[in-house]
Amino acid sequence: MFMIFGIPGPLLFGQLLLGLINGAFYAMLSLGLAVIFGMLNIINFAHGALFMMGAFVSWMLLNYAGIGYFPSLILAPLIVGIFGLLLEKTIISRLYKLDHLYGLLLTFGLALVIEGLFRNAYGSSGMPYRIPAVLQGATNLGFMFMPNYRGWVVLAALVVCLSTWAIIEKTSLGATLRAATENAPMVQAFGVDVPRLITLTYAGGVALAAFAGVLAAPIYSVNPNMGTNFINTVFAVVVIGGMGSIMGSIVTGFALGVIEGLTKVFYPQASATVVFLVMVIVLLTRPRGLFGKAA
Amino acid sequence: MTISRRTLLSAAAASSAFPLVRARAQGTPTIKIGVLNDQSGPYTNTGGVTSVICTKQAVEEFGSKGFNVEVISADHQNKPDLAVSIVRQWFDRDGVDMLLDVPTSSVALAVQGVVKEKNKVYLNSGAASAALTGEQCSPNFIHWTYDTYMLAKSTGGAMVKAGGKNWYFLTADYAFGKQLQSDTSALVNAAGGKVMGSSAYPFPGTTDFSSFLVQAQASGAQVLGLCNAGGDTVNSIKQANEFGLNQSMKIAAMLMFITDVHALGLDVAKGLNLTESFYWDLNDRTRAWTNRVKPKTPNNWPNMIHAGCYSATLHYLKTVADMGAAEAKKDGVATVNRMKAMPVEDDCFGKTKIREDGRNLVPAYLFEVKKPSESKGPWDYYKQVAMTPGDEAFRPLADGHCYFIKS
Repeated sequence: MFMIFGIPGPLLFGQLLLGLINGAFYAMLSLGLAVIFGMLNIINFAHGALFMMGAFVSWMLLNYAGIGYFPSLILAPLIVGIFGLLLEKTIISRLYKLDHLYGLLLTFGLALVIEGLFRNAYGSSGMPYRIPAVLQGATNLGFMFMPNYRGWVVLAALVVCLSTWAIIEKTSLGATLRAATENAPMVQAFGVDVPRLITLTYAGGVALAAFAGVLAAPIYSVNPNMGTNFINTVFAVVVIGGMGSIMGSIVTGFALGVIEGLTKVFYPQASATVVFLVMVIVLLTRPRGLFGKAA
Repeated sequence: MTISRRTLLSAAAASSAFPLVRARAQGTPTIKIGVLNDQSGPYTNTGGVTSVICTKQAVEEFGSKGFNVEVISADHQNKPDLAVSIVRQWFDRDGVDMLLDVPTSSVALAVQGVVKEKNKVYLNSGAASAALTGEQCSPNFIHWTYDTYMLAKSTGGAMVKAGGKNWYFLTADYAFGKQLQSDTSALVNAAGGKVMGSSAYPFPGTTDFSSFLVQAQASGAQVLGLCNAGGDTVNSIKQANEFGLNQSMKIAAMLMFITDVHALGLDVAKGLNLTESFYWDLNDRTRAWTNRVKPKTPNNWPNMIHAGCYSATLHYLKTVADMGAAEAKKDGVATVNRMKAMPVEDDCFGKTKIREDGRNLVPAYLFEVKKPSESKGPWDYYKQVAMTPGDEAFRPLADGHCYFIKS
């Protein structure tokens, strides 16, 4: 068996792969945040709660309506997206003219309320959600035992992340969106309904969080705190990648997953802190983030 | 001596506080119980509101014996600093006489000193660390329901006896996890086994255990010892199944409650060994008690911590009635000493005895989680495998090194 830094090679490869899987969640969540921040200038602290809602809605669909995992992958983001749409229309849209801080406080409050409601109804131990039958089992990769479901998560996350990037950067809809963020009155003058565009963007970002929630449901227990545990790291990812940068958040998400995974081998106690260490270093050397545009 | 503005102010504050206390002491005395636990985090279901409900159940069943009883509660969010300030406020401002539950060992240890300083009564049902009756013991304290030594001996002992000699630990990196790991390691080593390695992960906030599980798998150990609790245990078992660890290793959930089994579902939890000192379906008395409490907490049936809150409250109130409420309010140590002297009996734990160091000697039951096909009704989850009587289940008195125990 060959060794790398005193760690057996196969074990290290295994950890790299696991890091990518966690990175997939970071990427999906930070992507939604980046989209929302880029278009709405709102720091959406409710993102973790909406991620949790995605998982809970898929659990509810299964237990109250008998709707399985794969339809949930579409339905749950849709339902939570509509919830996000209502949230934006009724509450968040009132804050666009104010300082960032107000949006942050409001969405943070919303997160507490949403999590509190779910905790009240379902407790904190969590609900079991089974891995769908087709994706059960594991594949022996030689260097590690790879659960099929986790492979599917990485694949699904990559597809969703790249298509979101493509929509925003390569289509005419994306071009309009980007133009609206640069100069809203001008785009409105061309006959584009900018407020509606913004509402739909928020709903889209929220749907991304919910999609990640559905993917997470069979891995983590579906519980009201599942978003809180992720959201701090995800914000660090967004800051490191550069606020509002789409590709930046995808790449950083995966990269930080890997860094965190490696820390878990060398010094597990620091695995929750290492992301913030990276954040400090990046902020000191490149204050706009790795992929951030110059002012 | 010159009188500074500060001493004047504090004197004024002190003199204004006294009449308040005196005014409250007139008329029928009120005994105030403060239930302090996690009501929003990973240990909400294992303690939380259900602990408060079970405490109130004891108050209700006790009835009226010449004094009023009031129950208040607060969420300590698993933060020792927050817990200490709540407890100080409870004692100084709200007139709390007895502090109850207090899960999360780091928090439980942090408030130990405050209770002693204020000479109140501290009955702990929720926390695990055996240090509470060992090096960190206090004459104001009783550890009611379980501890790390008992878990290590019951669950760990059974695993070693079944041939699980080589262990790998997955440990929550704080007082409780470390203590549980060291107690279990001592037992494994004494039985001729070996600890092959361990991973201490940051608590709270870790949700993904896959890296540690893969390391455990590569270590060549036969047993994966989970030194964690609540949501962490649920997540780690779920993920261990996903990575096929349940086929290559035996999983020992060193601290697991029926509420966790409920969250996992029987198809994942089946076959696990775990230790609790209470199970609703143990005998006629536990069933009768559970039937009385169940309607108040239909979605979260009581586990041993909840039963411990009931049992501790009932015994405390009996003691207060025995010695007089005024006496009990005055002196925490005297109350605890009287509690130790009086025989303990209730529906949840039967007859037990409280040792000099504050250890309540409840029996430890080793359970195996049923297969889905064996479960006949809601929350029908356990098969009893073994029972260790209370005087054998816990660390011998002399080994605890509690300072007020004369050897």
